[in-house]
Amino acid sequence: MLHSLWQYRHFVISSIKNELKSRFARSKLGGLWMLINPLAQVLIYALILSNILAAKLPGIDNKYAYAIYLMAGLLAWNLFSEIVSRCLTLFIEQGNLLKKMSFPRITLPTIVVGSCLLNNVLLFIAMLGVFLVLGHQFSWVMLWLIPLTFIVVMLAIGIGLTLGIINVFLRDIGQAFPIFLQVWFWFTPIVYPVNIIPESYRELLRLNPMYSITDAYHQILAYGKPPLMGDIAIISVIALGLMLLSLFMFRRASPEMVDAL
Amino acid sequence: MTLLSVQNLGKAFRSYRSEWQRFAGWFGIPIKPSKELWVLRHINFEIHPGEAIGIIGRNGAGKSTLLKMITGTMQATEGHVQINGRIAAILELGMGFNPELTGRQNVFHAAGLMGFSVEQVLDAMPDIEAFADISDYFDEPVRVYSSGMQARVAFAVATANRPEILIVDEALSVGDAAFQRKCFHRIESHMNAGMSLLLVSHDVESIKKLCTKALFLKNCSQQSFGEAKVVCDEYEKHLFGSASGESQENTIQGARKQECSPLLIDQSLLVTDELSYGDGRAIIEEVWFENSSGKPANILDIDNTFAIKYRVLFKSSVVSPIFSFLIKTLEGISIYGTDTESLGSETKGYEEGDRVEISFNLKNNLASGTYFINCGIRDKLSEEISFISRRVDVAMFKVNQQKDTGQVGLVNFGAKFSSEIIQH
Repeated sequence: MLHSLWQYRHFVISSIKNELKSRFARSKLGGLWMLINPLAQVLIYALILSNILAAKLPGIDNKYAYAIYLMAGLLAWNLFSEIVSRCLTLFIEQGNLLKKMSFPRITLPTIVVGSCLLNNVLLFIAMLGVFLVLGHQFSWVMLWLIPLTFIVVMLAIGIGLTLGIINVFLRDIGQAFPIFLQVWFWFTPIVYPVNIIPESYRELLRLNPMYSITDAYHQILAYGKPPLMGDIAIISVIALGLMLLSLFMFRRASPEMVDAL
Repeated sequence: MTLLSVQNLGKAFRSYRSEWQRFAGWFGIPIKPSKELWVLRHINFEIHPGEAIGIIGRNGAGKSTLLKMITGTMQATEGHVQINGRIAAILELGMGFNPELTGRQNVFHAAGLMGFSVEQVLDAMPDIEAFADISDYFDEPVRVYSSGMQARVAFAVATANRPEILIVDEALSVGDAAFQRKCFHRIESHMNAGMSLLLVSHDVESIKKLCTKALFLKNCSQQSFGEAKVVCDEYEKHLFGSASGESQENTIQGARKQECSPLLIDQSLLVTDELSYGDGRAIIEEVWFENSSGKPANILDIDNTFAIKYRVLFKSSVVSPIFSFLIKTLEGISIYGTDTESLGSETKGYEEGDRVEISFNLKNNLASGTYFINCGIRDKLSEEISFISRRVDVAMFKVNQQKDTGQVGLVNFGAKFSSEIIQH
């Protein structure tokens, strides 16, 4: 799998490039839209919710604390949900290509991950710019984001690829999962701080793998503290396990997928 | 050395009672599929360097499935394909093209999809650009291309580097005639350099022309494999001759067939999709051909005379009928048609119950091939052009070539060559 991926590296890179080019072809602002969209999302949430929630964000001495908190969480969530939702329909969208061309199938999810990562890096740079304007502190703790990003990617591949494969055979998944993803978003402390959840329910959050990730992002970006090592270790194992499972399924399902497309 | 060997290849589409059983199968839990639908089975053939094999068969015979398995996009259920060399497949032109990108960018992308490195693409780029021959459009977005232009670029990429085996699936039926010719030229020159070709086409003539061998798929299995001409003839026989008895009475196949020597009649030339209509005042009962010596025949010789004949039964009196016929190609292109009015022939009126034999005598100026005819009767006195009786695609005949004269086209002009020196 890795060998064929290496042979097709040019194809993967040119696909990612082309995807960007074609997405912004004939638009005046071009690549800026990639940043405007998530930042506008932040602005909307901040405008609507900051007054309600601002008082409940302890530990950040910045009057834009809520906006910073929001951006930190969205950085993690956007990467996750983008990879998952694109993997979900990946094989169906590329069905014709899969049927008519012989090439390593693993390049397709790789292209998705590559282009989502690129988006995420650009979004991160834009956020740093916003942080600078808002007068928020940077620190070396941010280097933690590099391994964290990998964990998010592994988790997203694990879930997205598995569902994407199943979706080829059971198309209900493609309809149902986006709804579930919405619910998931609101059950993860991203637009609200974790302390507004009643004490007795907070333990349930542990079941949400995205909670420990967004929490780590919050710690790093909003509070300038390193993440909780225990949580990170557990989620890395889960993410790696899910990714290996999905790759195993991918190997097994590849021959049958073309028949069903 | 064989480039490609296909052994006992078969493909079945499996369905399970529940998709969950399929998923369980991936994890090693053996579950029998509830249904297996075999779309192809027991295919065996080999390709040697420089050989060209045509694959023919009706729609749904499994041609594309076979190509997909050889290309590797589809996994065989049984048997295996052994490949020694690089395969390039054109199952569809313009795969992976992005309409927003320029031709050049798409070439890069598509070549990457075929597994070429950047250097290889850069090397081949001038050649690709020259072959596509679409001038400045090469650097315009593909969305402004005509479909023909897109096909040009796509074909140029697909055949830029000579593969060991080229697989083509009816992809060449696009683009203008000049470009198609260019494509065939390139395929031929690659083949001269040792490339093998696997071609799927409905056009039997181009298979005969390009291929040395042919594989005929019928009902999901291998009907025959061998010399292209022999297999193609068998296929044509199957294609036009698979009729049941229903239209027998309409054709030459009826009572007359016993009288004839087998050389004159090809039993397989049986029309299956005839269309007949009319106002019922008369019916065309039977249509047949007679050769120059007056014998019923549907295999006719080039240059000889022949007759189109039909028998009409009048159900009520018609004062001035017009009789007509039309000769067409298999594709439906009209070649020659006329009627008694245009010929200036006088026809008399007929009474109810009259049975009349109509005969048009013609000189056979057709080139070799298979042709259809229409026959009809009109009423001269009626205001609008409506048929008393008309039968479309009522019969077929074949024009035979005694020897391979190398002529092309539909019509035999009987060219004579002469030359004289006018300057020395």
